[in-house]
Amino acid sequence: MNNFSYTQASTAKEATNIRKDAKDAAFIAGGTTLLDLMKADIEQHPQLVDINMLPFRGIELNDGSLRIGAMERMSDVGENALVLQQFPAVSEALLLSASPQLRNMASIGGNLMQRTRCGYFRDTAFPCNKRNPGSGCPAQQGDNRNLAILGGSQACIATNAGDLAVALAALDAVVLLENAKGKQRRVPLLEFHVLPGTTPQRETIIEADELIVAVLVPATAQARKSHYVKVRDRASYAFALVSAAVGLDVQGGQIRAARIALGGVGTKPWRAQEAEKLLVGKAATEENFRAAAAAAVRGAQPREHNRFKVEMVQKTIVRALQELMA
Amino acid sequence: MDTEPTFFETNGPGTGGVVGLPLDRVDGFAKVTGQAKYSAEYRLPGLTYGVLKTSAIAKGKILSIDTAAAAKEPGVLAVLTHLNMPKLAKTPNDAEGKKAIGAPMGFLPLTSDQIHYAGQPVALIVADTFERATHAASLVRVQYAEEKPIGSFLDPKAQVFDPEKVQDGKTPGHTRRGNPQDALAASAVQLTATYVHAINHHNPMEPGATTAVWEAPDRVTVYESTQGVTRTQKSVATMLGLPQEQVRVITKYLGGGFGCKGASWPHTILTVQAAKAVGRPVKLSLTRPQMFTSMGHREDQTQTLKLGATKEGKLTALIHEKTSTTSPWDNYAEPNSKIINLLYECPNFESSYQLGRANVMTSTFMRAPGEAPGSFAIECSMDDLAYQLGIDPLQIRLLNYAEKDPSNGKPWSSKSLKQCYARGAELFGWSKRNPKAGVTREGRYLVGMGMATASYPVHNSQGTARVRLYADGHAVVQTGATDLGTGTYTVMTQVAADALGIAPDKVRFELGDTKLPTAPNSGGSVAAGTVSSSIYMAAQDVWQKLTKLAIQDKKSPLFKAKATDVVVEKGRLVLKANKAKGEDFAALMKRAEITDMEGSGAGKYGSGYEAAQAAANADPTKKDEAGEHSMHSFGAHFCEVKVDAELGTVRVTRWVSIHGAGRILNAKTARSQIIGGSIFGIGSALMEETFRDPNLARYTNASLGEYHIPVNADIPEMTVEFIDEHDPYINAMGVKGIGEISMVGVAAAVANAVFHATGKRIRSLPITPDKVMNSLAV
Ligand SMILES: Cc1cc2nc3c(=O)[nH]c(=O)nc-3n(C[C@H](O)[C@H](O)[C@H](O)COP(=O)(O)OP(=O)(O)OC[C@H]3O[C@@H](n4cnc5c(N)ncnc54)[C@H](O)[C@@H]3O)c2cc1C
Ligand code: SF4
Repeated sequence: MNNFSYTQASTAKEATNIRKDAKDAAFIAGGTTLLDLMKADIEQHPQLVDINMLPFRGIELNDGSLRIGAMERMSDVGENALVLQQFPAVSEALLLSASPQLRNMASIGGNLMQRTRCGYFRDTAFPCNKRNPGSGCPAQQGDNRNLAILGGSQACIATNAGDLAVALAALDAVVLLENAKGKQRRVPLLEFHVLPGTTPQRETIIEADELIVAVLVPATAQARKSHYVKVRDRASYAFALVSAAVGLDVQGGQIRAARIALGGVGTKPWRAQEAEKLLVGKAATEENFRAAAAAAVRGAQPREHNRFKVEMVQKTIVRALQELMA
Repeated sequence: MDTEPTFFETNGPGTGGVVGLPLDRVDGFAKVTGQAKYSAEYRLPGLTYGVLKTSAIAKGKILSIDTAAAAKEPGVLAVLTHLNMPKLAKTPNDAEGKKAIGAPMGFLPLTSDQIHYAGQPVALIVADTFERATHAASLVRVQYAEEKPIGSFLDPKAQVFDPEKVQDGKTPGHTRRGNPQDALAASAVQLTATYVHAINHHNPMEPGATTAVWEAPDRVTVYESTQGVTRTQKSVATMLGLPQEQVRVITKYLGGGFGCKGASWPHTILTVQAAKAVGRPVKLSLTRPQMFTSMGHREDQTQTLKLGATKEGKLTALIHEKTSTTSPWDNYAEPNSKIINLLYECPNFESSYQLGRANVMTSTFMRAPGEAPGSFAIECSMDDLAYQLGIDPLQIRLLNYAEKDPSNGKPWSSKSLKQCYARGAELFGWSKRNPKAGVTREGRYLVGMGMATASYPVHNSQGTARVRLYADGHAVVQTGATDLGTGTYTVMTQVAADALGIAPDKVRFELGDTKLPTAPNSGGSVAAGTVSSSIYMAAQDVWQKLTKLAIQDKKSPLFKAKATDVVVEKGRLVLKANKAKGEDFAALMKRAEITDMEGSGAGKYGSGYEAAQAAANADPTKKDEAGEHSMHSFGAHFCEVKVDAELGTVRVTRWVSIHGAGRILNAKTARSQIIGGSIFGIGSALMEETFRDPNLARYTNASLGEYHIPVNADIPEMTVEFIDEHDPYINAMGVKGIGEISMVGVAAAVANAVFHATGKRIRSLPITPDKVMNSLAV
């Protein structure tokens, strides 16, 4: 860990202006990701800009969308009555994340910015294209049990390990950003994270001088009837081996709209649109769920140790849909 | 005075009413209020901070180290490397040195430019703050000539060999009884199974930590997180070339150890040397990632067990082969075969070890070393045999019950295993189990019940203690033992209270200092047995001295009585024949104008005790058997699991453990030990695994975020009971250790339950959801 200075920002402008000029500076919210990365010498920031005082607060329904302020804590959002009732997958994804202590500290904005748990990335003694571009990706031939089967490249196969982003990906959420000029833009969650391609060090489209202000989730029928299932190596406090967020709008026994997003398998929160299409207009039967699940993993490229994910994620999709209909 | 101590039998060992009670921890208050000082918590004047810089490669050579930038950082006092580290009188780098030092590893980092394993220290940075030292460490630049490392014994380039002896020569590489090959070939039932174990790491809450302060140019005090102050003292003194008494080692509290603090690892001596180099006290605490490469681990291993039996289910032959990874220098393998050799009656037995050298640091003892993985193999194979023959798994174990130790033909000093089975089965509801595997369902869960036997030996050991009983009714009791956090402070306070006939709050118990009477390492489950009997014997010494005083004192009611006619009852010296006649120790001491009486005692655990003392304590009808016993604790675990039939996740939903382990010193701390050990075992069964990159020979999950140990949600209510067991041969107190047996057989009980649930046998630990899901697909 290096020496750093610490500044508390009282306005968004103050914070973004610092980053505009000093790209090495970092915003700090809950610090649960950032401090780990700095202690392990994976990131070095000469300056930390504390954004906890910013008024990016509130969990409310506005113009047909749930608006979650970026500074809200995971636990507060997960336990919020509105979220619980109308966006159950969001609540479940949050409450199945990390530990109570971490959820009490961690913010929604920080959660979307969390970095991969790839063990090579987390240890500076290893080569890793994401941490040290051009140094190689030992995971391809190495320990890749936790890594992605979808969206990988020659350069990187690390998963996006977050849970919340999977639920948000399923429910067509939008990320609200604001830059140093005070200009805001809305980016669909699905476009917020990017594929590794040849530049795995680049994980999101956020610019250095931009802050996440809020996350917006349309209040739809499929959001109200949504569900998140996470499979992991122990009962709590572990990242997903695989996970699935699903939402259905079923009327008169027929699926009108379907949403499926996957975690633990993709290099970014993975939306399975082909699978969704297969469900629309069909009955909510196990057979149809299975067919959809099979479509969701088409094109998967498993490696030596993560082959199991191909089957496990299909079963997880089916499980999530079944539980949703139960 | 007699050389054989007289036993004050009316009071008797542990019959004063305090031993056995579920007394709260006497150190609990100090711990929860932060007053208990662990080894990295001594704020000594002028304290400085040491940080290790470790190797980025697993094999090769250091070409150059650039320390200039680090040395220039403010507050940095020294950057020590192999080039400028002060020389030692002895290192473990040769066999003679290793033996003299008692080093677990035949290599000390910072003594040469050679790199043998990833995470090997290459520099030690000392600065005035921890942060500055840490930052400076990141500025040290090392150039390596990297060679291709060998990842494990499975690496095609690994040199796999027959070590002839393992565990530093303590365990023979080959054992044989009868004619196992022929017996197996002639057996009606023949089963062969291969078991695979992942690397496991101890990961106690408190990492390894050393604070070293040189009191004089030739005298050093080391506050050390160790399970044995004396062993550390000897190691450090030998390496420094100092007389042992010029090294003082202090360990007042430990936050767990599980075996990784059983020996002195490199960071200890390196810190001592750094303190010498900077002329100030140095504290070094290993980081969590460093814990994965600094204090040993349980090695990755494969066991093949061939089992022969009659069609009635009686064992005829057992052949066990183990292959595991070891370091470039040491022939370490945990001795799995021992438990397989003695758990069941079987006339023919053979075992052998193979090792593969790889670029890893040396593996070491980890809770129930040998017994834990060994029991996994034998207890799963016994389960296979039961299912193959359609015999109840509990029944097959009774059918092969060993009435004597099959490995040496000796009678057991005590064995309550049948009672453990019976009580466990009753509490668990074993009779409700469907004999068929893979058929019990609850919704989407497959439900399974499994059980396994546990056993752990009594390792011979001895120690000493000092007791000072004051006329005002309090006592100070001292021994150089350590308390891993499991309750030694508490149970020894109880032992002393009973032995002295005073209340536990009148006892001040001190441990963890080489200035105190020597005690063995707290490892191998010997502490409770050895230390309790040492204290008991020291108290006996006090009573003998007081008796002598009384019978020579004209004013004493016991004047002129025979010493052997005097007994002690709750602190009163009385005549055996007429207990009304006698007096309180306080009255006696006051009259004699002495403030206190000191006694010392040597306690023995295991056969050392038996040979000397059995006649005095044992059942007279069995007197001839003294010195001829095999000594073990036994127990049984019963486990219910629910397995998600599609996703493969396994949850332990019920747990019953019953043990027969001699006298239980404290019902509460003993129960906690068994719970802790069972959880430890459930971890190894279901989730613990250190992953390693096979090409770079470096761990990929060296953190508690990704190295999974059970969390509360993984563990159900646990039922723990002990069978009342009286063992006169073990030691003066009749105590057997319980620290390790608690995890023996646990992984097998879980695996057997998973088999019963699914009908699929998984022989590779840990049993993670992917393995279970894959097994269900075929
Ligand atoms: C042991 C452990 C287990 C975990 N398990 C899980 C799990 O199971 N599931 C899961 O989903 N997550 C898990 N996490 C990740 C956890 O959810 C994240 O660490 C947390 O959400 C990050 O939030 P924070 O506020 O602490 O972020 P910080 O650490 O403060 O920030 C993280 C990054 O985001 C940036 N940032 C923060 N806020 C903003 C903003 N408003 N605008 C722009 N940039 C911003 C920071 O600059 C930094 O780069 C785990 C973490 C740990 C340490
Ligand atoms: S998968 Fe990505 S993060 Fe992991 S080692 Fe390869 S490049 Fe680095």
